[in-house]
Amino acid sequence: MNAITAEGLVKTFGSGEKAVKAVGGVDLVVPEGTVVGLLGPNGAGKTTTVRMLTTLLAPDSGRAVVAGHDVVREPQAVRSKIGLSGQYAAVDENLTGRENLWLFGRLYQLSSKEASKRAAELLEQFNLTDAADRTLKTYSGGMRRRLDLAGSLIVRPQVLFLDEPTTGLDPSSRLDLWDVIRERVAEGSTILLTTQYLEEADALADDIVVIDHGTVIAQGTADQLKAQIGGERIEVIVHDPEALGKAEQVLNLGSGGQCVRDDHTRKLTVPTHTGSKGLIQVIRDLDEAGVAIDDIALRRPTLDDVFVKLTGRHAEEEQQVETAQGRAS
Amino acid sequence: MTTEVAPIDTAPSRVGFNQAFTDAMTITWRNIRAGWRVPDNQIYMFIQPIMFVLLFAYVFGGAINVPGVDYVDFLMAGIFVQTMAFACAPASVGLADDMQKGLIDRFRSLPMARSAVIAGRVIADLVNQLIVLVIMIVCGFIVGWTFHNGFGQFLAAVGLLMLFAFAMLWVGALIGLSVGSPQVAASAGLIWLFPVVFMSNVFVDPSSMPSVVQAIAEWNPVSAIASGARELFGNQSLVASDAWPMQHPVAAALLWCLLIIAVFAPLAVRKYKKASSK
Repeated sequence: MNAITAEGLVKTFGSGEKAVKAVGGVDLVVPEGTVVGLLGPNGAGKTTTVRMLTTLLAPDSGRAVVAGHDVVREPQAVRSKIGLSGQYAAVDENLTGRENLWLFGRLYQLSSKEASKRAAELLEQFNLTDAADRTLKTYSGGMRRRLDLAGSLIVRPQVLFLDEPTTGLDPSSRLDLWDVIRERVAEGSTILLTTQYLEEADALADDIVVIDHGTVIAQGTADQLKAQIGGERIEVIVHDPEALGKAEQVLNLGSGGQCVRDDHTRKLTVPTHTGSKGLIQVIRDLDEAGVAIDDIALRRPTLDDVFVKLTGRHAEEEQQVETAQGRAS
Repeated sequence: MTTEVAPIDTAPSRVGFNQAFTDAMTITWRNIRAGWRVPDNQIYMFIQPIMFVLLFAYVFGGAINVPGVDYVDFLMAGIFVQTMAFACAPASVGLADDMQKGLIDRFRSLPMARSAVIAGRVIADLVNQLIVLVIMIVCGFIVGWTFHNGFGQFLAAVGLLMLFAFAMLWVGALIGLSVGSPQVAASAGLIWLFPVVFMSNVFVDPSSMPSVVQAIAEWNPVSAIASGARELFGNQSLVASDAWPMQHPVAAALLWCLLIIAVFAPLAVRKYKKASSK
């Protein structure tokens, strides 16, 4: 059974010439017990999609069924079965951790006693018991996100929406939060996760849906997508411009693909299927051929690579346009 | 631990009156609890009213001469009205803050009554405003002000002031939901209140003003509330004016309050529905 089914979701902001189509016909299926990552740059339509699926925003057209209920016709029923956490679902920074969770529990229609009990359980589970009675003003960014996530788990929801759960967190808090999310996954939660980070989708999601300009442009497991993007690459910066040709020959011979040469930056990029072994081999080969190098690195595919591959544009360019639109709406 | 993972089944999918009431009380609790922890609000609630009473009674009291009246007796209702007018502030800053931080989104994703966000804001601010008023009245007693028409009329005056605060809360709610940031709500959203409050009979006699300003002052709702409260408290009023609201201050005050509520409450609710569904 599917926990989320969305068909042809459309949302346009503004009207006339200023109209911005934030989501232009998104189809989405999330089977029960799976984690789907919605991947795309800022303003690609990820959040708008989540807002429609969580009843915060009515779609212009299309329909969506979440946890067995239509988001437009039965929003209250959907709300009682979902949890939402992330950049757009905040917590009250003048309340303590315990008070925030109690408040959300009450608003989920738990009795005062049940709400207190759940708050205590979640604080324990999220390692926040020591900070439970301090106001959120004193929390670190990572603690705040953990509490935010705890707030979305009060009724052990059938479907959990995590909207960019780790954006803006430092790497170690991000890893902590990933662990917490993995625990939910192990318990069999259904999760729709949005993220700008390929590695995050990679680490947490069973399936990844890549979204750009409000439409789905690719879909598959992390491995399938990476295969499309081209997998890992070795980048070499050659010291002497004269040696570029020689180095190019060495790379073309030694690895599994065609080398890309950029004379201006003296950079050669070549795909590899053997990871760090391939990197060591390339270093040996270049050394034997007597080519001096300034820098060499193994590069994993990034979201930017997905974008260049799928759209022919860089995600960065995208972001500027979208940020401007985001402000306009 | 299998039971641990089972979803908790919560309320039915329709929101009834009981739930709407409970949710509003929950949000009220949150607004009062969280609000009292903000230093700005503590100053606004506990320091500012005392400061105003003392400043006007002891600093301006000697300098401002309203002929034929004892200034403290005249003044105190004016300060009450001024403070109730500024009930706008917490409502607008609070709602703008919730909008900006995304708390309203969080609330809307929960199976709660939608009306509770605004209702909880208004009820919490009314409670706070009543506390402020009580503090000011006690301060008033201390500096020598009192009421002269018996306890019933005194309560009626308090009721009128609270009704005015209630009306102004809706103005504040509309501003807070419109401006987008608590900083703007606290500055631009309130600046208009100063001329509105000062172009009135709150602190001085409008007959000392140029005739156009005098007319504005006499028809200013703030003047009507102040005169209405003075009448009910039995405090000294000004030399009679021909303007209708000054002839019938209590009726004018009630009408003004109802008019403000009738205009601004639906606008604020509409704005809330619209702003929160973006």
